[in-house]
Amino acid sequence: MAKGLRAIKRKIRSMQSMKQMTKAMELVAAAKLKRAQLAAVAARPYAEKMREVISSIASGSDIRHPMLEAREIRRTGYLVLTSDRGLAGGYNANVLRLALSEIGRHASQDEYVVMVVGKKGREFFRRRKIPIAHEIVELPDSPSYLDIKSIAKAAVDGFIEEQYDELYLIYNEFRSALSQVPVKRRLLPLTEDNLGGHRAAYEYEPTPEEVLDALLPRYAETLIYSAILESKASEFGARMTAMGNANKNAGKMIDTLTLQYNRERQASITLQIAEIVGGANALK
Amino acid sequence: MRTLRLEVVTPDRKVYEEDVRMVSVRGVAGSLGILPNHIPLVTPLRIAPVKVRKADDTVEWLAVHGGFMEVRKDKVVILAEMAEKGSDIDVLRAKAAKERAEARLRSRQENIDYRRAELALQRALARLQAAGGSEE
Repeated sequence: MAKGLRAIKRKIRSMQSMKQMTKAMELVAAAKLKRAQLAAVAARPYAEKMREVISSIASGSDIRHPMLEAREIRRTGYLVLTSDRGLAGGYNANVLRLALSEIGRHASQDEYVVMVVGKKGREFFRRRKIPIAHEIVELPDSPSYLDIKSIAKAAVDGFIEEQYDELYLIYNEFRSALSQVPVKRRLLPLTEDNLGGHRAAYEYEPTPEEVLDALLPRYAETLIYSAILESKASEFGARMTAMGNANKNAGKMIDTLTLQYNRERQASITLQIAEIVGGANALK
Repeated sequence: MRTLRLEVVTPDRKVYEEDVRMVSVRGVAGSLGILPNHIPLVTPLRIAPVKVRKADDTVEWLAVHGGFMEVRKDKVVILAEMAEKGSDIDVLRAKAAKERAEARLRSRQENIDYRRAELALQRALARLQAAGGSEE
């Protein structure tokens, strides 16, 4: 009997250390979430200002620009944002499922181009033998603009060079710390939704076209940056929730195991007493 | 004395926000000095130091790496991928970067990316000028 007791005790102990670990991860994720949210807020003025200027140019005159124009869609680009590490509940699984179902609509591999952020996404597509045009992994927890510039530029250049005729972002939208929803957003060509209607009369130097030429790619890159920051915040939110649940479950397991342990202990004591009493009775 | 509000914003943060008398920048089409009540204007910028004359008549330098500037009647917003205050610049690092870029441009090898080296050199020079200006 004593053997069974020891096994249970060992289980309780390992459960307790697991609980400590999940608790620590939950706290770390909560702290990082806060920082990621601040970074997302800090990035907003830049994008907003840019949108203001671009929309005033775009609405102020009848300027045409390839990045603003829908063309016939022969190939589609997807930029999928995932994390490097797991233990974040359904965070990566959800976004990758959405990406796969989108890609599944295409008849052949010639019709789409996949770009990916994060190891989880990279491994997922590699396993499925889906070619990855660009990838970036091991981003820091609060990435700076320079960290992501290479992939943002590659994604926008791909559209400008007509490697694909539309570009979708697939990532976890941050609704709240508890809720992250995988979404698909069309980034390029830029449309009225992306720009909004704001009007201000400016002089442009040298010309409106050249200003727009310089601004539009930057703006699209900025939108990608915002999405990456948002998906980082989502990652920490998801991890916090997942670890919170794991922590709760570990607590429950410890309770049941402790109960089981006490029962077994009681049973063995009862058995011993019964043996002693039995022995004493036999001597009478 | 009239002033205008200058904001320098990068994707990561707001680098600078202050009431100033005059802003001197180098746009793609030439140098510009902006005083209060300037006509609304938008122009892309070159990689160059930006000179700011503050409300108390002191001069401050900023290194602005490209981007563009929006001018309104009483407000100037500079949006750049990178920007630093002159006083925040690590001069030694900028010097090292300048020498690296110069060496690369001098080496005249076939396989180097001239454009990249040139941009690096411009950035280093802008930093050094901005840092030097602020020390005066």
